[in-house]
Amino acid sequence: MTSEAIPVEEFAARARTWIAQNMPPADPAAGHFFFTDASNRTDEHDLARIQRCRQLQRLLFDGGFAGICVPAEYGGRGLTPAHQFAFNRELRDHDFPLEIQASTFIPCMALLLEFGTEEQKQRHIPAMLRGEEVWAQFLSEPEGGSDAAGAGTTAVRDGERWVINGSKIWTTGAWYSDWAMCLARTSWDVEKHRGLTIFTLPVRTPGVEIRRIEMSNGAREFCQEFLTDVVVDDRDRLGDVDGGWPIMGRWLYHERTISGGSPYVTKAGGRSDDAAGDTSRLVQIARDQGTLDDPRTLELIGEAKALSLVRDALVRSVGDKMRTGALPPHAASMARLFSGMSTARRATIGFELAGPSAVAWPPAADSGRQPGDAYLVRQAACIGGGTTEMARNVISERLLGMPREARADDGPFRDVRRGARG
Amino acid sequence: MFAQSADQQLFEQVTAGFLDKHYPLGHGRELAGQESAFEPGRWREAAALGWTTLLVPEEAGGGSISGNGLADLLIVASAFGQRAAPGPLSGTNIVAATLGRWGSPQQRQGPLAELLAGDAAGAWAHATADGPFGHDRHLLAAAPSGDGKVVLTGTAGIVEGAADAKYLLVAASGAEGGAARTHYLVPMDAAGVRVEPRQSLDLARRLADVWLRDVALPASARVGEPGAASADDGWLSDVLAALLLGEIAGAVNQAFAITQRWVADRYSFGRPLSSYQEVKHRMADMRTDAEAIEAVAARAARAVGTGAADARSWVYAGLAFAGQRAPELVQDCIQLHGGIGVTYEHDLHLLLRRVAMDTRLYGTPGGFAQRLGALVVATDGGAS
Repeated sequence: MTSEAIPVEEFAARARTWIAQNMPPADPAAGHFFFTDASNRTDEHDLARIQRCRQLQRLLFDGGFAGICVPAEYGGRGLTPAHQFAFNRELRDHDFPLEIQASTFIPCMALLLEFGTEEQKQRHIPAMLRGEEVWAQFLSEPEGGSDAAGAGTTAVRDGERWVINGSKIWTTGAWYSDWAMCLARTSWDVEKHRGLTIFTLPVRTPGVEIRRIEMSNGAREFCQEFLTDVVVDDRDRLGDVDGGWPIMGRWLYHERTISGGSPYVTKAGGRSDDAAGDTSRLVQIARDQGTLDDPRTLELIGEAKALSLVRDALVRSVGDKMRTGALPPHAASMARLFSGMSTARRATIGFELAGPSAVAWPPAADSGRQPGDAYLVRQAACIGGGTTEMARNVISERLLGMPREARADDGPFRDVRRGARG
Repeated sequence: MFAQSADQQLFEQVTAGFLDKHYPLGHGRELAGQESAFEPGRWREAAALGWTTLLVPEEAGGGSISGNGLADLLIVASAFGQRAAPGPLSGTNIVAATLGRWGSPQQRQGPLAELLAGDAAGAWAHATADGPFGHDRHLLAAAPSGDGKVVLTGTAGIVEGAADAKYLLVAASGAEGGAARTHYLVPMDAAGVRVEPRQSLDLARRLADVWLRDVALPASARVGEPGAASADDGWLSDVLAALLLGEIAGAVNQAFAITQRWVADRYSFGRPLSSYQEVKHRMADMRTDAEAIEAVAARAARAVGTGAADARSWVYAGLAFAGQRAPELVQDCIQLHGGIGVTYEHDLHLLLRRVAMDTRLYGTPGGFAQRLGALVVATDGGAS
């Protein structure tokens, strides 16, 4: 089969048949475990779901629908983004490996494709596409906040090896991941952007200690990692020594495309990946309250639906414009900003619709589905994956060309004040 | 904005060139206080550019650029919005679309040909039970007369461009369609038609209440099937909604562009306004919402123009979101200008007037959100 010759429509028709025969229907209870209360859910449950994701990914691979835009020599299909989007549309109402799309495929696989050595690509990308390698991002640091270039985790060269020490935080799913992409400082004597290097490393390697973080609503998928004398082979370095920052630009870009528009992400078209503001959930809340006929209820549900539709239109349109060059890659920050703000608003709408039962509910109720829980972690939508404030900086400075913020960290990084005063 | 293909881009250029020459932003101030903002000769020139044919099938004398005439017309609507321009764009196109779709051969040869050529303007007394607008501002009764005519009596409130139109499309119940409403094309010079102008927030638009007293029309004035007006108005409302969204997107885009230049050029406390993070973040929000409004307008036009099943949801979502956000966005533009922003001399109020009217005249954003909510609940009904 000469894959590059397949027209999108024909590919979609083939996908439709294959999906109907192979992919299981969407299970509303299966997915959506990000940002939901895990207090009545075991780690075994989450691990089983990740295992299921790996199987689904393998199913896609065996069917010839994994890595649709990835070159064939790395296990993909070498087709176009239009083919991936067509596949996603056909996948509607079916289960798919949602929980491993980020961080495995974006940004990690995307970065390997762009910056990896031939050996790195051959070693990891087919394994990712087969569901054998789930990746995490060792990016944020306890002292760093939004300042990715201010990484203090240090890598010191020792012949053909590197020794890494430091701590990373807000890593989604590190506890069940296989590999990680890690940003580290390799020079403290230059300006902060010029002393960074990126490494890949196995998560379960000596010196990596993982601590689970419990969120305000009981969610437990975030982790903090402590790296103590972790040894990494030089061939696992991504890009040049001290050449990490240009790669970081692409890293952050790919991370932003989680809001939509990435050609490397498999997702079911039409399925909301935002549990709290899902409109059928909102309808259910109002029905439980007996307020479904209330004009104010209808207005709130309509507002949530409008935000969801407008977000879809915006994400699609920005993605199209970036592909044609009508908008620069930094425009992805608009999708990120709108997604964050609208998701937060929809969580608030759920909270409003639930009335007093949002704050006091019967013990029999499924607490993971309480709008109160979603409301507690509402701001996560505007924080995770880069804060909305950072998105506003990117939009204003990079897209609109407004002046950059004044810097207080342009000397050697060794001399830059970091973390909390104390 | 909205132009995709090379043909559409050419159409956009020609449209922009014409408007810049005759109706640049700021022209609205010259129209203030004038009884009419309509220039028949100019409109004929505009029609020659292709502004009136896009929603009309080829066999009825029309023709689109891309195959989706509504998506093409969105280009003109946004150009109007960018300049808060005058002209019977939506009324003429709505009436032309109606005659193109449902008109008799006689109506196509007569009134439609005049509308397409720009020899006449049209106005629509919009009202429907199932379209997005659904106002009950039009209380028109039709009665059969002994000599085969139909007699219309009642009022059509707040009709855009009524005084400038030669033909008014109305819906009335009581004659052939019984209790269901039927469309009629009323020549504005018919005996018994009286126009009472209203004051308009938008300096470039004229609105009026139209009073019909015993207006006797020949049977051939009926448009479409008896009793079909409410259903037909649903489609017309969707079309008008897409045009409103295009115009809103254009106006917001212009207000933002003006503000972007202003904050870059203006110094305050020795720094450009654009260097303050509060200003930067506000601009980022505004830019994002402007992009979102543009995206949902394009989506709505595509859905309505192709008759997609979810077209109504896109229309409601667009008017609910843009209706709430667009006026606020222009108010933000004014805020970032400081005092000059609230003067009559500055152009921003012309754009604010335009978006304020487009987002209120046919229904409030809250009302559209409510309708969308009802649609969600109705569709979700089986899911419980």
